Amino acid sequence: MPIQNPQVLRRFMDEIGTVDQIGIDERVAKYSTRSIKKSSKVFGLKLATTMVDLTTLEGKDTPGKVASLCQKALHPHDDSDIPATAAVCVYPAMVKNAAKWVKGTSVKIASVATAFPSGQAPLKTRLAEVRAAVSDGADEIDMVINRGAFLAGELALVQDEIAAVLEACGDATLKVILETSELETYDNIRAASFLAMRVLRPGDFIKTSTGKTNLNATLGNNQVMLEAIRDYFFATGIEIAMKPAGGIRTAKEALHFLVAVKETLGDAWLTNTRYRFGASALLNDLVRQLVKEKTGAYQAPYSFSESSSAY
Amino acid sequence: MSAKRNPARELLFGDLWEYDPAPETAKAFIDERYGLFINGKFVAPKTKKYFDSISPRNEQKLAEIALAGSSDVDAAYQAATTAFKSWSKLPGTERAKYLFRIARLLQDRAREFAVAETLDGGKPIKESRDFDVPMAAAHFFYHAGWADKLDHVTPGRTLAPLGVIGQVIPWNFPLLMLAWKIAPALATGNTVVLKPAETTSITALKFATILQDAGLPPGVVNFVTGAGETGSAVVNHPLAAKIAFTGSTAVGKAIQRALAGTGKRLTLELGGKAANIVFEDAPIDQAVEGIINGIFFNQGHVCCAGSRLLVQESVAAAVLAKLKIRLRSLRTGDPLDKNTDVGAINSKAQLARIQALVAVGVAEGAEIYQADCNLPEKGWYFPPTLFSNVSQSHSIAREEIFGPVLSILTFRTPEEAVEKANNTHYGLSAGVWTDKGSRILKMSTELKAGVVWANSFNKFDPTSPFGGFKESGFGREGGKQGLLDYAQLV
Repeated sequence: MPIQNPQVLRRFMDEIGTVDQIGIDERVAKYSTRSIKKSSKVFGLKLATTMVDLTTLEGKDTPGKVASLCQKALHPHDDSDIPATAAVCVYPAMVKNAAKWVKGTSVKIASVATAFPSGQAPLKTRLAEVRAAVSDGADEIDMVINRGAFLAGELALVQDEIAAVLEACGDATLKVILETSELETYDNIRAASFLAMRVLRPGDFIKTSTGKTNLNATLGNNQVMLEAIRDYFFATGIEIAMKPAGGIRTAKEALHFLVAVKETLGDAWLTNTRYRFGASALLNDLVRQLVKEKTGAYQAPYSFSESSSAY
Repeated sequence: MSAKRNPARELLFGDLWEYDPAPETAKAFIDERYGLFINGKFVAPKTKKYFDSISPRNEQKLAEIALAGSSDVDAAYQAATTAFKSWSKLPGTERAKYLFRIARLLQDRAREFAVAETLDGGKPIKESRDFDVPMAAAHFFYHAGWADKLDHVTPGRTLAPLGVIGQVIPWNFPLLMLAWKIAPALATGNTVVLKPAETTSITALKFATILQDAGLPPGVVNFVTGAGETGSAVVNHPLAAKIAFTGSTAVGKAIQRALAGTGKRLTLELGGKAANIVFEDAPIDQAVEGIINGIFFNQGHVCCAGSRLLVQESVAAAVLAKLKIRLRSLRTGDPLDKNTDVGAINSKAQLARIQALVAVGVAEGAEIYQADCNLPEKGWYFPPTLFSNVSQSHSIAREEIFGPVLSILTFRTPEEAVEKANNTHYGLSAGVWTDKGSRILKMSTELKAGVVWANSFNKFDPTSPFGGFKESGFGREGGKQGLLDYAQLV
């Protein structure tokens, strides 16, 4: 594709402002030094549990695997004090299977559509996939943006495609995956966030990554996106939600991400309608820490269901 | 991106998820009473007098500190003079061993020193833990590396020690200032008589036990504690070859007058009123973070604090709005809590001075903004404060407040920014925030300041010389330049 207008990205950044990488990295380093203890730790761990989009996105997924994922999302542990997760996240072909288990419960069905993870399929195909997932019962659609078009400066194309997917979603919530590691710079992440937010509805999400590349959610790209959400909120009054995904494996990391939310966007974003974690292994560590807070002792990994860690 | 704010669009930084108190629990091991550290031993002062060291955190007495009179100071100088004879002849490699040992012992006891520093001075534990103590150790490591390389500092010449160095340090970075002063002095073969500030003597006296553990020969470093009179005795002692002072400009001037004609060398690191200059193309959120770090680091008790914010008119409203939001998630309170960002004001006297200057700012018509914060009932605290609509003629734009108070001024062109930034008696530091690299270089040549930070603020490193222009003093600390201020070329 010939580059139509190489200056367009630069001009867009002039409009929305740039980001200093060293400054961001320094800011987020402070989040990891916050000391979260006692009841605030329990609150944070439970909150994080309610924010998990429990995910399985593998070629080897089967109806059985999805069924056990759904059970895990509904009842993460024997202890009934531990809340259900926000959603399960599966491929479109698995939506029907998930619906059998979680429809009518508090757990939503999220589905990655639009030729996830590359997005390299004709728009018509991607839109058809979205419609199919929604009609099978998906409450939320996780789409990927056209990174190739973004890097080529075809910003309008990127935005038009998001708008088209949004229309195909109907009432389903949309999560726009920027795939931050392919955009590479914080400036690009901020620009892509604004492109998406300008067509999204209140309560729709921007999301860091697919989890399929080697670098996924980091405190740094999370911060860039939270600040974009904050700036957009002050400019328009529209509240956009946020989902870091991939790479958050421990409860401690999840708490650091929540500290970033608390100190950047405040209390209104500390809820699973405004903030989610796309994760799988994270849930068991959250549960493990919650049980430890209650009993005073760490349990062996195999005492938690679906645990794949050795002992 | 305009950040014009509709009043209805507010973010709530409330108590939905409040952090529980997370006090640092390590013991500080502070003695009930400290003598003077002279000739390698703790000795009772000849004055037989002691004064109380009070914790600004809760106004409780921490320890009794010996008050050194002029005969005590004389004893310290005699010990240092005797020690100089052998210390100055020790090969550099041997002196380096002592410095390395001191650095490692300080690292070993880092946590204990961090707690002591916070109890004694009021700074947040996260700063003493992550900045003061590691940086103090880093200065000893760095200068240990120089000790055996003095023949290679200047081509064809070598560095010889000066003699006994009299050093007087302030209360804002007690342990770090001690390290800045002692490490280069010892590396170049000098011996030291040092007086800590009267409100913050404890970490110096604890540091004396590290010197004992390191086996440093007696008399090489001596600590005399007390207030202004003790300081004056240190400065005016005839055996001093050089005086190194960090503190207020008024005292610095008095010292310079007292030393005139004595032949003693002098370096002064004095006050500042640094300009932090934000251009319209700067990354605003990171600039805001840098402004916050520039003025609220160590409660603004920093001589190089970015206490004057110069912001380009086109982004002034956006920057002010973001500063106000940022202020609301800044945590002011008990410095021993690991989540505290802004701790206690070092002394009652300093708190009174900050309150007085802020009252003047309000009276002169500047617009004040303070975030709501629940300050502890006991102890000396002052909420982080912003003044907008400040002009060059306001007192709060001219006088060093040395507290968590930021004055915000605006400018239209780079030339005006330079003019305003340089329109001060001081010249210690400055900050420039812009996306344009060439502008940073141009500004750094035009700003009359010893340190110019680009898209950052309050960054320190032992390899980087630090010092001032104009009434901010002369001489450098750190780096090769700092080393040369403790030696003569032969």
